[in-house]
Amino acid sequence: MQYSGKVIEHFKNPRNQGVIKDADAVGQVGNPVCGDVMKIYISVNRRQTTDGRQQDYIENIKFETLGCAAAIAVSSILTDMVKGMTLDKAMKLTKDDVVKELEGLPEAKIHCSMLGVDALKQAIKNYRHENNEKIQK
Amino acid sequence: MKKIYLDHSATTPVDKKVMQAMAPYFSDVFGNASSIHSFGQAALKGIDKARQRIAEFLNCEPGEIIFTSGATESDNLAVKGVIKALTSKGMKTGETHVITSLVEHDAVLEPFMELEKKGFSVSHVPVLENGVIDIEKLKAKITDKTVLVSIMWVNSEIGSIMPIREIGKIVKKIREKREREWKKLNKTGRSDKPVPIYFHTDATQALNFIQCDVGRNYIDLLSFSGHKIYGPKGVGALYRREGVPLEALQRGGHQEKNFRSGTYNTTGIVGLGAAVARLDKESQDKNNKYIAGLRDKLVVGIKKNIPDTIFNTDRDNSTRSHAHFSFIGAEGEALLMRLDMEGIAVSTGSACASGSLKASHVLIAMGIDKEVSHYSIRFTLGKHNTEDEIKTVVKKLALIVKNLRQMNPVYG
Repeated sequence: MQYSGKVIEHFKNPRNQGVIKDADAVGQVGNPVCGDVMKIYISVNRRQTTDGRQQDYIENIKFETLGCAAAIAVSSILTDMVKGMTLDKAMKLTKDDVVKELEGLPEAKIHCSMLGVDALKQAIKNYRHENNEKIQK
Repeated sequence: MKKIYLDHSATTPVDKKVMQAMAPYFSDVFGNASSIHSFGQAALKGIDKARQRIAEFLNCEPGEIIFTSGATESDNLAVKGVIKALTSKGMKTGETHVITSLVEHDAVLEPFMELEKKGFSVSHVPVLENGVIDIEKLKAKITDKTVLVSIMWVNSEIGSIMPIREIGKIVKKIREKREREWKKLNKTGRSDKPVPIYFHTDATQALNFIQCDVGRNYIDLLSFSGHKIYGPKGVGALYRREGVPLEALQRGGHQEKNFRSGTYNTTGIVGLGAAVARLDKESQDKNNKYIAGLRDKLVVGIKKNIPDTIFNTDRDNSTRSHAHFSFIGAEGEALLMRLDMEGIAVSTGSACASGSLKASHVLIAMGIDKEVSHYSIRFTLGKHNTEDEIKTVVKKLALIVKNLRQMNPVYG
């Protein structure tokens, strides 16, 4: 089993590691018994596109992760990838996109990339759920 | 960056003296030891000397040593070879029982799994919470149909030392009892011979630290390899007490009394002999004492500087080399990788590093919580490590653990 240089780089110097205290939403997946927990914090903002539509995007993102080098590298690169991205686009992200960006992951570590994507989507879902409730009120 | 190696259970560097002993056998004394001419005979002389040295260490006859490619081959040959021989003699698969432990190396567990698939009945003996075999449970598992007991001498992961002499004695007593009872039976009604029982031990992790006397410990078969004892890789041996039935697993040129065919790995065998020759009681005592001192410093340093840490190795029932820790909240593989970036080599039983994603079978057998098992690191010290190295490791480790814990959303 060998990690790509990109994985090592992100593991060594993880981007966006930490907490957003007043985050708009949080997503957490995994379980310490399995050895992996990923928690993603997002701040969402709204911007206007050139054709005048309004869109929600990830203005800021941070992560906390318990896990192996691959899990930490996935969290790091994933948060880099989706920073500034619209929520719609982020929801379409797949584990393969993350693996590709990391220049590959060992077979046994593919589940780490799934965890990362799941944590992100969980955060976005939580955000939308809470916002819909606010609007309805 | 000066590198620090604390993974001696994985492998050891070849001693300079061992390398020197091996050197002539590459190009000068290159003959095939099975050849009758002078080239072959010169090579054979080197092999004979190695065999003699190993026999002295194990306290057995030179003819009881079978050279192999390493401990994995020795284990396979011992476990499957004995069963194969007994089966050839008419032993029935469904009526045969074999015993091993829950904490063996895969080189023993996998052959036992193969036997189980073939229809043999297999029992696994549990361990106590310090990783030492539960001898009472072992006794209870032996039946009238048990023919083989295989228990490792030292556990590679945690370092626990098994009560080998006690196990050897139990097996021997059962063998003698079966013989006595068989003799009492009516000659026409009884089988040709009483049901045999043999004791095999994988001593790969033991040789560096323990005088592995096969006579004193009532051992029938013993496996080990060169690269764990400051010798070369790709060579090992199986001790087989004269008379223990064994059938070859690979056939060919009839080397090693036909138990293990294949051209002699002369350089490797000479290296193995030279490495074993350096394990005399005096050298062993000296190294044990030195390594014990280093380990105490490591353990004290870690306990003092890193809170929320569990020392899993039983200090009084382990080799002096092993120090197995769980750093709660810091995942094992991440710890290993961060230490590696600092030039420090350790090992982990963490699921994530093995690629299997299963928690270590040894830690689970010891009753260690699955979650805690993911936070584990194994240090195995060697005779070349220094006090300064240990100080550096403690210092760097403290920072790494702190950093990983900070990153953990469910810690603290």
